Amino acid sequence: MNNPIRRLSVVVAFLFACLLVSTTTIQFALAKSLNARPDNRRTLLSTFGRERGQILVAGKPVAQSVPSKDEYQWQRTYTDGDLYGHITGYYSFLYGAGGGLEGSENDLLSGSSDKLFYRRITDMLVGKQPHGASLELTINPAAQKAADEGLGNQRGAAVAIDPQTGAILALVSHPAYDPTALASHDTTATEKAWKQLTGDKTQPMVDRAIAGNLYPPGSTFKLVTAAAALSGGKFTPQSVLPGPAVLDLPQTSVGLPNEGHRPCSSSGKVTMTEALRISCNPAFGWLGMQIGADALRAQAAKFGVGDALSIPMRVTPSSVPADLNPPQLAQSSIGQYDVRMTPLQVALISAAIGNGGVVMKPYLVKAAVVDSDLSVVDAPSPQELSQAITPEVAGELRDMMVGVVHSGTGTPAQIPGVSVAGKTGTAEHEVGANPHAWFTGFAPATNPKVAVAVVVEDGGNAGSEAAGGRVAGPIARDIMKAVLGS
Amino acid sequence: MTAIASLRPRRGRNVELLLLLFAAAIVTLAYCNVEIAVHDTLPPDLLYGVAGLLGIALTFHVVLRWRAPYADPILLPVATLLNGLGLVMIHRLDLAHDRTFAGGLALKQLTWTALGVAIALGVLIMLRDHRVLRRYTFVAALTGFVLLLLPLVPGIRHPVLGAQIWIKLGPFTFQPGEVAKIVLTIFFASYLVRTRDALSVAGRKLLGLTLPRARDLGPIMVAWLLSIGVLVFENDLGTSLLFFGLFVAMLYVATERVSWIAIGMLLFSAGAYAAFLLFGHVQTRVLLWLHTFSPEALQRSDQLAKGLMGMASGGMFGTGLGRGRPDITYFAESDFIIPSFGEEIGLIGLMAMLLLYAILVERGLRTAIGVRDGFGKLLATGLSFSVALQCFVVVGGVTRVIPLTGLTMPFLSAGGSSLLANWTLVALLLRISDQARRPMPDVVAPRPRSSEDTQVVRVR
Repeated sequence: MNNPIRRLSVVVAFLFACLLVSTTTIQFALAKSLNARPDNRRTLLSTFGRERGQILVAGKPVAQSVPSKDEYQWQRTYTDGDLYGHITGYYSFLYGAGGGLEGSENDLLSGSSDKLFYRRITDMLVGKQPHGASLELTINPAAQKAADEGLGNQRGAAVAIDPQTGAILALVSHPAYDPTALASHDTTATEKAWKQLTGDKTQPMVDRAIAGNLYPPGSTFKLVTAAAALSGGKFTPQSVLPGPAVLDLPQTSVGLPNEGHRPCSSSGKVTMTEALRISCNPAFGWLGMQIGADALRAQAAKFGVGDALSIPMRVTPSSVPADLNPPQLAQSSIGQYDVRMTPLQVALISAAIGNGGVVMKPYLVKAAVVDSDLSVVDAPSPQELSQAITPEVAGELRDMMVGVVHSGTGTPAQIPGVSVAGKTGTAEHEVGANPHAWFTGFAPATNPKVAVAVVVEDGGNAGSEAAGGRVAGPIARDIMKAVLGS
Repeated sequence: MTAIASLRPRRGRNVELLLLLFAAAIVTLAYCNVEIAVHDTLPPDLLYGVAGLLGIALTFHVVLRWRAPYADPILLPVATLLNGLGLVMIHRLDLAHDRTFAGGLALKQLTWTALGVAIALGVLIMLRDHRVLRRYTFVAALTGFVLLLLPLVPGIRHPVLGAQIWIKLGPFTFQPGEVAKIVLTIFFASYLVRTRDALSVAGRKLLGLTLPRARDLGPIMVAWLLSIGVLVFENDLGTSLLFFGLFVAMLYVATERVSWIAIGMLLFSAGAYAAFLLFGHVQTRVLLWLHTFSPEALQRSDQLAKGLMGMASGGMFGTGLGRGRPDITYFAESDFIIPSFGEEIGLIGLMAMLLLYAILVERGLRTAIGVRDGFGKLLATGLSFSVALQCFVVVGGVTRVIPLTGLTMPFLSAGGSSLLANWTLVALLLRISDQARRPMPDVVAPRPRSSEDTQVVRVR
């Protein structure tokens, strides 16, 4: 009977080999996909069980994890959730990490980033609980507050950046939402809050400043048109442009009218400086057709239009349409037709003009820090994106913009004792709807500390009476004042 | 010749003692791991725990020195290690479920361990020669079949998750199949030793296989009907597979006929397929097996899915004992103790544990080869193969090799019946191995002197 016993032992070896293969399949080959399953409670609990990094504004946490007594071990809390909700995003057991830095910098916050690889190993060796890195933001709390209060109950967005570094000083989108409700460990409450937020027609969870449906920039785009014209060499700020009540457009019977169907001056002719000061539509429509669609698009691209930026949240690329016929080109030159921009992009244009033509890469995270020993894991240094215009052209544009705020459409943005450069916009976007009110600019005019862009949807509380200067101007002024004062 | 004769036979008891201490050290380390992970301190009752486990193991060891000095030295340490690791995991799950030590499953398991070892020692002491068991062939048969069918008796039946392999007597639940496993192996062994000559008589040849005569098919048909009955009425493929596989394997070893295996596999596949076509609950099991993550399957039970995700989260090296979340899976301390280990000690640890079982089985089969009587060979083969098959059914069930069943992992899983049965199984293997490894009686080369009295040689 010994031979069959020996053969049986081969069968036994085969059975165990099957088990070794099956366990290897599950724990090695399929482990990644099993761990990534959305219904995998272990994965969720393990990320929840780790102390997540804080999100800090001026040294104070706006998002932090505090120990909780339940099985999740940590509760994410948001200070001033309404004010910083779009920046922090949410960290929810049911809906994951998303909406802002919680989503885009999840790896760093949770501690699973490759940048923390060696730290994880040393933590493991000394038996320390792994934890995430904290993020120190560039946000200026006073500016953020001013933007939030300025927008008030109006829908819209406000962005402030440091023109010389690209650091984002304020990033506000209204309506806002408080991520606290989504971070609750009470799943029914979370579910209810989520349904309410996603079902809301005003889309409070959309960050209008960097994403959303984008806005037609209206007259603020005249800065790009002017930049292209000045850079082309054929025009100077003193060049005289036609400024009739309605500009005749080729290939169509519809002309390009000025605001209120009034000519830009009694003579029907204006200098480029004057045209920008009073925001003369026919003059810039004509100017756009003179420089051509390619030059206009190229200039816009140099300012960053079309770039996919991440700050580190993903910024929806702004766009100027291609294949424009002359009437479309004229419309585009004043920021209408299908030109679409994020408020951040508009702020970048102002910032570049203030910064001698250099576009700085916008960023929100000053440094990623590991709490335990305060060592900095990642601290991006300011980075140049492009030289959009020459310093000379930038200087000419700046002077023209100073005129806008000094005595033009942008007077509501004046700050006593400070020279402010700016440009207003009143963007038609839908038949029957009130226009969006825009203001963009920077201060002080020389060696600027802050550049802003503010948009108020559908004219905000001013409704059909809205004009960029009157509605968005004061908000921009308050933000700039807050930055200059702090 | 004299040189060889002067060699002292190796008993291996000292090796066993060393391995036992090693096993106890591993278990102690695991226990400390859990406590440090959960409470950040060494367990306060560390000395008692270690002393308890060592006490049980050393008692066994001393009895072996006394009653079975030539027994295999590997079996006891492996069983002790597995039992100890099972205890640690059960204790760890007690902690996860906030069960106190007094009210937890670990204390119960420890009590059952002590009882299981006590019974096993009783068997070792009382049963001086395994061949005595041949006397009880038909008592064993009757007991085995009754035990196997007990879970179907109204009044004491206790279905768990659709499988009817439990009985409930007052506060106690019991899996009679575990004991039936041993009793039936004894029956199979003694029955086949008697009938192997008849069963291995040549029949017709077909496709290179020598088929048995039709009238010799009786026993396998009975075993087949019984196992298919278990599959259909107790809804447990594992139990069914275990008994039928055990019988066929022993039949093969007894008759040295491959055709029995072919016939057995054919019969079982046909029966199982028919059961799948005819019975809804069998179809559900198959659905859970093949389409574990489909919505229909998850709606019925996400236990297997959770177990798989647990194993996956352990990955190669595991989360560390006490640092994973095995408590998320239901029955993590019994049917799903293998995924619990997979999660916390990783693929590497799990493989090591599977190899421990393989070693246990291999030592058993080695014993079967070494022992000199046919009954002992068959019994040792059957007992060892049943462990292998049960491991395959349990681990295969939780890793989707075969449909999930309600069997428990020998020595690891929480559960008294399993511990009692498996310690007795090890005791029987030790008894047989003592016979197998015992040197032939040292007979002095007899000089043919007719005048000398007949010598009586004592075996011990």
